[in-house]
Amino acid sequence: MSGVTLNQAIKRYGDVQVIHGVDLEIEDGEFCVFVGPSGCGKSTLLRMIAGLEETTAGKIAIGGRDVTDVDPADRGVAMVFQTYALYPHMTVEENMGFGLKMNGMPKAEVAEKVGKAAEILQLGDYMKRKPKALSGGQRQRVAIGRAITRGPDVFLFDEPLSNLDAELRVDMRVEISRLHNEIGATMIYVTHDQVEAMTLADKIVVLRAGHIEQVGSPMDLYQDPDNKFVAGFIGSPSMNFMQGVVEGGKVRLPALGDALVQAQVALPGDGAAVTVGLRPQNLKLVADDASPIVVDISERLGGVAYDYLDTPTGERIVVETKGDDVQPAGANVTLDFDPATAMFFDTTTEARLR
Amino acid sequence: MHPALQGLITIIVGVSGCIGYFYFSNQFLDKVLFPARGPNIGRNINRANLVRPWLFLFPALLALGLYLAYPVVETLRLSLTERVAGGGYTFVGLDNYKQLAIEPKFWEAVRNNLFWLLIVPAASTVFGLLAAQLTDRIKWGNLAKSLIFMPMAISFVGAAVIWKLVYDARPMGQEQIGVLNAIYVALGGDEPMTWLTIPFWNNFFLMVVLVWIQTGFAMVILSAALRGIPEETIEAAIVDGANPFQIFFKIKLPQISGTIVVVWTTITLVVLKVFDIVFAMTNGQWETQVLANYMFDKLFRANDWGVGSASAMVIMLLVLPILVWNVHNARKEMR
Repeated sequence: MSGVTLNQAIKRYGDVQVIHGVDLEIEDGEFCVFVGPSGCGKSTLLRMIAGLEETTAGKIAIGGRDVTDVDPADRGVAMVFQTYALYPHMTVEENMGFGLKMNGMPKAEVAEKVGKAAEILQLGDYMKRKPKALSGGQRQRVAIGRAITRGPDVFLFDEPLSNLDAELRVDMRVEISRLHNEIGATMIYVTHDQVEAMTLADKIVVLRAGHIEQVGSPMDLYQDPDNKFVAGFIGSPSMNFMQGVVEGGKVRLPALGDALVQAQVALPGDGAAVTVGLRPQNLKLVADDASPIVVDISERLGGVAYDYLDTPTGERIVVETKGDDVQPAGANVTLDFDPATAMFFDTTTEARLR
Repeated sequence: MHPALQGLITIIVGVSGCIGYFYFSNQFLDKVLFPARGPNIGRNINRANLVRPWLFLFPALLALGLYLAYPVVETLRLSLTERVAGGGYTFVGLDNYKQLAIEPKFWEAVRNNLFWLLIVPAASTVFGLLAAQLTDRIKWGNLAKSLIFMPMAISFVGAAVIWKLVYDARPMGQEQIGVLNAIYVALGGDEPMTWLTIPFWNNFFLMVVLVWIQTGFAMVILSAALRGIPEETIEAAIVDGANPFQIFFKIKLPQISGTIVVVWTTITLVVLKVFDIVFAMTNGQWETQVLANYMFDKLFRANDWGVGSASAMVIMLLVLPILVWNVHNARKEMR
């Protein structure tokens, strides 16, 4: 049992509060991803769990044990840093064994555990090298190896792939995923990249300005976001948002040439402002010379294309089109979509209307 | 003429002389020697650019040659000659060095220099490191650092005078104005000690002065090096379970080892040349002689230029390997 529980966790730097009473339950063996824009407090929250930041108020428990005031080394956590944080003066081997050595483990045992971790990460050939002589991907593997060697209950990853190039990032993502399956330990992973979050996570925690916006499985968040922020953050390209006005059970959208959208949710009264969200994947372009919507730019990615549309209200819309069904730039188009895929949000509170 | 006015004129003449040199020599190069026109314009521009660096280097090379290289050669020559009465020199081979070797005062100076060499750089670096580490994270750390650094701004002679007062002794019954004796007497000492006349130990009382000065230097450099250590490696060590001492000795120290070596060797060079402190405090009496002061004694007091120059050469030979190593390490640090 090594789940992680946060209970009204608060972090304050002087008068500035950056984490506002976070409640969170992470199950044993779960891969949990903290995601959010920069400055949302996701790294701070992770460092509070690691014990590198003091928790101002509230409780943090790991495996049912209250660790709020326990030293980082005694929490049963291991951390992988964005900058790898390898000890530059030690070889790969020494780097990985340092934690065990500090805990007074006999040399033979340390060597055995290091060897095992090296095997998992295929680091055998580099054991005598210093970090300077390794590539970025290898360094990150050593950093992960250092975490594995300690055999922690909880792995903490602080944006571990941000310093790698795009291709390597995909490789390492797969490797981390494999590692989780193999070891089965609880992992908490911080990233600002929603693709990493979607692909790795059992559970995503979306943070904004020190508050949890929503917690759930990747597909839950994608299909059923609680508010406009989560809807816009999860999914790539981002969801399109348009201002609309309620009119007799339907929503009038000035951006789409005053089209009326049928809503299957409880709308506020007539005249109320609502925001309508449409995913680029659910939109289809239809050529229509009378329409005020114009194709601005098309990005062809091969399998799909992203069309950026200008609307009469100035709101930009992105449409994902498949195959060769492409409209030239400057063409007038209308949008075709299933009203059931539209999401409605209260314009002032940004909460989802259900 | 008013001295200030004289100074001002000197500065103006000097600065405009420099500017004039660079301007007119470049003009000469570009307009007269290799003009950027005519049939060979491309070749002329290339040649002018090959010569130009030497125009800029020339004044520095001249000054270094005149005031550094030439004196070394001249000192070497003097160390192999002896003045004859009535003017002139005779070549005497290694006689001056032989004479050095049988002088007990020379060996005393060598022995003392060795002690200085072992103790002062070590003590300054250790204290500097300690000060840098301890003042790193506290609010009044910068104030403490400024205080520790301040002796660096005092000349060696000034420092020697200050410490002479610290070691001062007054006859029993009078008020002790020397701090050390005041404490000693207050703690029940029989009678005030004349600290600087206690052979062997007085060397250490002199070393204290240089340690006091150099600690600030070591602290400033090492403090910058400590700040340069990536914070994450320390946090990783914390998570790995290292205690503060292990973090300091196993994570921080190895990462600044290059800087420590540079600081150490730099102070070593200062120590090998130490002169003012000994000159001003004991002048080498009571077995506190050091090489530089010995050289000064021979050269300018005994007027024995041969032996004086020989001891200067000995100092240079001792300094040279450390200097080379220091430059080597400093370059490695910069990369």
